Amino acid sequence: MQLWNQRRLPELQTEATTGRCCSLDDVYDARSVAQHLGMPFYVVNFEQRFEDQVVKPFISEYLSGRTPIPCTLCNNYVKFDHFLEMAEGIGAEEIATGHYARLDYNEETGRQELKRGVDPSKDQTYFLFGLTQQQLARTKFPLGGMNKSEVRALAQEYGLSVASKNDSQEICFVPNGDYAAFIDAYFREQRIEPTRTRGQITDVNGRVLGEHAGVHQFTVGQRKGLGIATGEPLYVIATQPATQTVVVGHNDELLRESCMAKDVNWISIERLVEPIRAEVKIRNKHVASPATIVPTADASCVQVRFDRPQRAVTPGQAAVFYQGDLVAGGGWID
Amino acid sequence: MQSFYFDYNATTPIAAAVLEVYSEALRNGFGNASSIHFMGQAAKQALESARKQVARRIGCDPKELVFNSGGTESDNHAISGATRGVDRPHIITSSIEHPAVLNTVSRAVDVTIVPVSSDGLVDPDDVRRAIRPESRLISIMHVNNEIGSIQPIAEIARIAREHGVCMHSDGVQAAGRIDVDVKALGVDLYSISAHKMQGPKGVGALYVRKGYDLPPVFYGGRHEAGRRAGTENTPAIVAMGAAAELAAPDIAGLRDQLEQGILERVPQTRVNAASRHRAPNTTNICFEGIEGESMVIALDLRGFCVSSGSACSSGAVEPSHVLLALGMSKEQAKSSVRFSLGAGNTLEQVDRLIDAVEKSASHLRRLSPTYEAHV
Repeated sequence: MQLWNQRRLPELQTEATTGRCCSLDDVYDARSVAQHLGMPFYVVNFEQRFEDQVVKPFISEYLSGRTPIPCTLCNNYVKFDHFLEMAEGIGAEEIATGHYARLDYNEETGRQELKRGVDPSKDQTYFLFGLTQQQLARTKFPLGGMNKSEVRALAQEYGLSVASKNDSQEICFVPNGDYAAFIDAYFREQRIEPTRTRGQITDVNGRVLGEHAGVHQFTVGQRKGLGIATGEPLYVIATQPATQTVVVGHNDELLRESCMAKDVNWISIERLVEPIRAEVKIRNKHVASPATIVPTADASCVQVRFDRPQRAVTPGQAAVFYQGDLVAGGGWID
Repeated sequence: MQSFYFDYNATTPIAAAVLEVYSEALRNGFGNASSIHFMGQAAKQALESARKQVARRIGCDPKELVFNSGGTESDNHAISGATRGVDRPHIITSSIEHPAVLNTVSRAVDVTIVPVSSDGLVDPDDVRRAIRPESRLISIMHVNNEIGSIQPIAEIARIAREHGVCMHSDGVQAAGRIDVDVKALGVDLYSISAHKMQGPKGVGALYVRKGYDLPPVFYGGRHEAGRRAGTENTPAIVAMGAAAELAAPDIAGLRDQLEQGILERVPQTRVNAASRHRAPNTTNICFEGIEGESMVIALDLRGFCVSSGSACSSGAVEPSHVLLALGMSKEQAKSSVRFSLGAGNTLEQVDRLIDAVEKSASHLRRLSPTYEAHV
């Protein structure tokens, strides 16, 4: 899939951009591997859809004071939606991706079950919580049962030219993880006046401590870039685009005992009728923490009550509910 | 799995007779045509024989042909050469030209792009109205590669002559498919390419009317009477000469069968730019509610080679500029597939293709969330 033109925003070009996903180099590598394995190779262009379903929401989320997860949107609306549909259209029965995750079919419940990949440092189930039963039924994750090092060893054994290729890191369309620069460059290209989000930095009581140059440059839990000299470390507690305010506080003010998760997608179960126990991840790099998931009057919304208060619960991120290796489901943190 | 080829507008297989001549020339006719010795003279003779063959094919004098690397080079040479030395040359071209013309023309500052009808035809009056004192060149393709429409070149060339403007026509998709007589057409410059007429790739020619002084755009030796530098690719040119002697395949009947078959068996289909003035081998069909790209891949997996948009745009974001120029919407343009036939196609293949198209179309539509069948 061609998802994003890496050369589209020239001011973001670095040497690193030639090695990024769906650059010409990557297409070349993929084609070489396909040729080596004797399989037909087609490049399909989903740039428009990717921009509409992933890039634009990414930007609007940041501007709304939330920290988005574009990889999840890409999975939900491009890879396992548009791409899967196209694959079926041309006669495929299934698609296979390189996600580090495992799939099993549970005979008793009749449900597709998503489980963590065996390599804990590479597990990508956090980004796959949104997949439906229909999508999972037509998907294969061949790499989920292996460690990354085993995968590279196999690639070497098969003589694949990409065996020692660097891991793809970060968000595929944001070079160097500098999402603020990306947003600025995109607005310039679209000839949109960047939303004026300069404003004040306050504490939780509203006392003004300083100024900032853009609400979207801050994310919950962030310590750097505040430009405020005080004794104890200060962290971003919340961003409020409506008033263009960044609220900061001490470490203990970052703690939350619970949060709401909306637009919940259930995988191992059909729906939540009564509270369940689960280990919940609120960030990809977070260690899943024990919690109780409680249904609410709105079936698409649940309350997550942590056993121990969690630090930096960030709107826009996902709360994914694990039971051991099993992904019960997940939702978006409000 | 066997593959049936229905993409002759992208390229054509080298005819058996041509291949024989080509191999022989590669093996034994390797001399440099500029060398004084026997090998050189033999190459020179073969080169000039080929020139006569190609000249006969398009109705010109052998001296009026410049051999080169193909259609793109011919177009570049014609356009750059005709507008050389003028400060702000004005160029008139059509909206459905091949990128080799459009991208070269767009380097000039002053360009008028003449529209086409929904049948893909240029109105000569539009060209006439666009002419100004600064106009240096009119470039209108003879036959379009995506839809097959044939332009009224003779009429347009006459208008060009009346106003003293150079007339170029990209005839890459014409030679080998329809009759080409450059004198009857009255053009000053005409591009042709061997690989569209059962010859090899990498070789073509530019017709330059005697008396028209076209400067070179390649510099080096004084090859091709100082018009195109570079050691001649004699074996390929010899092959092109052999290809020029082949009759154009009598293919309109098969094309019509394919077209009718698809229109009858697959609902919600329409021929784009259906017109009497169309090359006999091309049909470009819109399949409502289906992504053309998916159809091309699905047919490929069933063993049929076809295309959507032109061959030069694999993985491209934009729908075909030609189809858009006809007034089609982006969706319609993206739902179109081009079938182009040639010497190797048979009735049996056509029947099988119609079957495959019917099956693929109905499968794709069944899955499409947006397609609704009108009963």
